[in-house]
Amino acid sequence: MPQVLNIAVDGIAYGMILFVTAVGLTVTLGLMRFVNLAHGAFAMIGGYIAAGLISLNATFFAAVIGGVLGVAVVGILLERLVFRHLYDKGELKQVMFTIGLCFVCIASINAIAGPDVRILKLPSWLAQPVDLGFRTLPSQRLFVIVAGITILAVLLAVTQWTRYGVWLRAAVDDRATASTLGLPIRKIYAVTFGVGCGLAGFGGILGAEILPLEPFYPVKYLVVVLVVVAVGGAGSIVGTAIAALGLGVIETGSKYLASEWASVLFFAAAATALVFRPHGIMGPQK
Amino acid sequence: MLKRLVAATFVAMCFAPLSSYGDTVKVGIIAPFSGPYSHYGQLFKAGVETYLASQGGKFDGHEIELIFRDTGGPNPTLTRSLAQELIIKDKVSYLGGFVFTPNAVAVAPLIQQAKIPTVIFNAGTQDIVEKSDYYLRTSYTLRQVTVPLSEYLAQSKINKMLTVVADYAPGVDAESAFKQSFTAAGGAVLESIRIPLSTTDFAPFMQRIKASGAQGVYVFFPGGPPTLGFVKSYVENGVKEAGVQLYGTAEADEFDLPKFGDGAVGITTSYYYAASHESPLNQKFIADLKAYNKDVIPNYAAASAWDGMRLIHRMVSATAGKRDGEGAIAAAKGFAWESPRGQVSIDPATRHVNQTVWLRTIEKNDEGKLVNREVKSLGVRGASGELK
Repeated sequence: MPQVLNIAVDGIAYGMILFVTAVGLTVTLGLMRFVNLAHGAFAMIGGYIAAGLISLNATFFAAVIGGVLGVAVVGILLERLVFRHLYDKGELKQVMFTIGLCFVCIASINAIAGPDVRILKLPSWLAQPVDLGFRTLPSQRLFVIVAGITILAVLLAVTQWTRYGVWLRAAVDDRATASTLGLPIRKIYAVTFGVGCGLAGFGGILGAEILPLEPFYPVKYLVVVLVVVAVGGAGSIVGTAIAALGLGVIETGSKYLASEWASVLFFAAAATALVFRPHGIMGPQK
Repeated sequence: MLKRLVAATFVAMCFAPLSSYGDTVKVGIIAPFSGPYSHYGQLFKAGVETYLASQGGKFDGHEIELIFRDTGGPNPTLTRSLAQELIIKDKVSYLGGFVFTPNAVAVAPLIQQAKIPTVIFNAGTQDIVEKSDYYLRTSYTLRQVTVPLSEYLAQSKINKMLTVVADYAPGVDAESAFKQSFTAAGGAVLESIRIPLSTTDFAPFMQRIKASGAQGVYVFFPGGPPTLGFVKSYVENGVKEAGVQLYGTAEADEFDLPKFGDGAVGITTSYYYAASHESPLNQKFIADLKAYNKDVIPNYAAASAWDGMRLIHRMVSATAGKRDGEGAIAAAKGFAWESPRGQVSIDPATRHVNQTVWLRTIEKNDEGKLVNREVKSLGVRGASGELK
């Protein structure tokens, strides 16, 4: 019984980190249909900005806000200057461009911050174990779980119930018609891309505990993030959460029971899910 | 007249480099200088250049020229062609460096044929030195540091252990070395956990370790993110408070220490060099390194490179600066010298360094920095961990 609880707790903590890291990509790839393979690069930039701010004695929250806003601004600038020209250029060109951007980011971070792992120093209240009664858990993981649930709720509320959410869904479903009806398409896309990048940065910061920041971060963890989004169904925020938690629990369970097979089982589970739901768990079933 | 002058100048220019060549001994250093492992290259470079500078740039009057070549990461094919170029084109008399075992092994046929003494500064797989008669090693082998640790644990009545290793060849080697010597010394390994190299979340393993009822856990991980991730997870999940001590070998590298956080205090490792080693030579070594570049972190890689140059110094002196591989190796065998780590010697049988292995504990020093404090000598050990 403690085994089951352990797997559940660690699996949910790990799954939430996967969710926080991947949800930004659901927004840019799924909602905007833009193949953004540079997602990991934005996450990394967010993490590095936050780590830099902390080493300049900023508080943890200031660093998180600085990191997220910093990446969002970078994202909006890139969207306005470059990405918007790629929306109707086809997926291959988007892939080529964003992969190229990844390599530029890798080389730049390497030159600026050096090739070593960069530790994002947590405040003491986040670096302690918390007693859950039957076991302890690092408080950082609890923080991530809470942050993940909050993001999920806020994103769902915004896309479902706000005017911006209605505009976004309209713009994504039929750009031409939405534009004819007078919706500010350009602004919607720029803001949404900024939000996606900001979320990526947030994931980079919160996930840094188990996906350590280093120059090769953008390509190292791209596969895991893409798997989560693909299994969840591109564009579905709930789907991404289900996929992240499901895969997190499965991988964690196999670490407890058969550690040699942990990464194999992760991908086997992902492949099985895609066999039955090729467009993802919550994706459109055509 | 003009023609003659030009011809004479041309002839003189051709001979100029040749005449000075006799006095210059070239040493090729092969290591990663770019990419995720580039800090090894920087530390090797700091070590060899510091030693050379301490000798005024010359070994017994022979000018020494260092040539550095970058392998990036584990890349045997590239390493082999770099070594070939160094030997044939640059005409080096000695090779040094080598972080990764596959890279070190890749040059064996070349150095055997060209009779080039090759000093390994890091790669620690047991049998590399057997692949050619021209290998020497100033670092360590896994057995050299693991066997004394397991004997010490068994003697201190810590007789229920776990092994947790990264699931790749050196990890499995470490696991079997520890199991074998620990069981022979009377201990019991309750469980052996192998963790995939790609693992980033170590929390589940910490629960397994806590639940195992063992008194300690022997670990082996490659440097960088895996070691950092494991130690951080060990600290944050309160495994130490649950009474399971962490024992390792290279995990407490001075290069990684500042990233661990204060929770790492008390982690025990057995290894061959601690920057806190108390000897005048070590203090001079560290002062020299800091003078060379204040950002260099003195650690085992820099110390092994320094000693590697000391060994090359010996060989250059013994062969009067000539390219005489057999003579050089003969002079290196049995050579004993004082290293920043203490007294060491090259074992004539294995061509590997015999050295004192230390039990060290991570402590906080007066400046609030984490250091490895040497707490107990585990004796002078040979390549297989045997007492010398």
